[in-house]
Amino acid sequence: MTMTSRIFRIVMALALGCVFLTGIQKGLAARAAGDAAGKVEITIDNFSFTPSSVTVAPGTTVTWINKDDVPHTVVSDDKTTFRSKALDTDEQFSYTFTKTGTYSYFCSVHPRMTGAVVVK
Amino acid sequence: MAKYIKENLNEDGVDRRGFLECMAWAGTGALCVLQGGVLNSFALGDVLRGKYGHVKGELSFVQISDSHIGFNKAANPDVTATLREAIAKVNALPTPPSFVLHTGDLTQLSKAEEFDTLAESLKSLKTDQIYYVPGEHDVLNDNGEMFHERFGKGTQGDGWYSFDQKGAHFIGLVNVLNLKAGGLGSLGPEQLEWIEKDVANLKSSTPIVVFAHIPLWSVYPQWGWGTDDSEQALSYLKRFGSVTVLNGHIHQTMQKVEGNITFHTAMSTAFPQPAPGQAAGPGPMKVPSDKLRDVLGITDVNFLPHRHTLGIIDSSLSGTVQETPGE
Repeated sequence: MTMTSRIFRIVMALALGCVFLTGIQKGLAARAAGDAAGKVEITIDNFSFTPSSVTVAPGTTVTWINKDDVPHTVVSDDKTTFRSKALDTDEQFSYTFTKTGTYSYFCSVHPRMTGAVVVK
Repeated sequence: MAKYIKENLNEDGVDRRGFLECMAWAGTGALCVLQGGVLNSFALGDVLRGKYGHVKGELSFVQISDSHIGFNKAANPDVTATLREAIAKVNALPTPPSFVLHTGDLTQLSKAEEFDTLAESLKSLKTDQIYYVPGEHDVLNDNGEMFHERFGKGTQGDGWYSFDQKGAHFIGLVNVLNLKAGGLGSLGPEQLEWIEKDVANLKSSTPIVVFAHIPLWSVYPQWGWGTDDSEQALSYLKRFGSVTVLNGHIHQTMQKVEGNITFHTAMSTAFPQPAPGQAAGPGPMKVPSDKLRDVLGITDVNFLPHRHTLGIIDSSLSGTVQETPGE
């Protein structure tokens, strides 16, 4: 067994064993991906952001990709920090988070759709 | 056949389970009416059609909605064609409508060419005037400026307005702008204030018709099918004997009667959406192509002065009819 697959198995076991911590797990996984590549992807599908919350390191570029047949936007709650135009199917929007903090955002077309990016 | 209220948790005369069941029927051809506090669902054609027939009204108008010009996905690759069929349906009505209301989502992406196609298509409507309110798809990138320029001339604030026709007062509202994170449709304080003033000097016997894109009643908030501050708007209309609220947005017919207010939503001319909670999300629903025209259509509204409420007839493009006679 290679080191990579052993680590993978451990991570999987942890993930399965901590179902109640799913949200945090997603955040950690996203953070790991962010650290490695400086990029994180969030999918927009069925009128929701997945994952709805991610934790990333400063300097990470987060990209939202719309997989719905309906246009969506990605807009910070303050409506100024970041604000995408309407994204049609398969269109995407990216924003690079340089400062630490919690950035709550929503779809200004369907405001029940909300998410957060935690930068730390 | 009728289903009666079994559970009424909110004491509003609406049995949630019965109501959802009733709504599930809507797409397959049923009529839901709350009469004297009792919710009934009728299979299509069972009762009302033969009994009441088409009555020539003092005033008749048509509502069309959710044309989504520019949409080209599997749920309907040719929304311009189905809009034209809807127009033909209106033009074939025995009584030409005095005017047509379009309750929003004219376009899919608020593009100039989509607005052009919509306007060009509607030129063939045989009616004196078309009134519009925007849907969220019409105000995507410019806070509704392009919509306002083309379809909202002479309106107040962000595009709301009212007019009178044969003794009835019509109020067009905008609830798709300045939406807040986590919220639903929104009218906003400025518009609410305007509504209060707009109706202040009307006699309580004046029939009121309110139209807006997103439902002004809580259809299914989980999917954003409601308006945060609609209750305040409706509170200004409580003293009126007859209030009819016409909405689009949810791409299916639903009806609820609450006190003096009849709420009604229209079919889309473009594509259907699932019944509340019946899918992972409220997006376009693909139905077999030979069934598409059963779930798209128009709404014909007749107002007879001696009746208390307006008669509403929903006709699908394929010819099925759901009728709610005025009382």
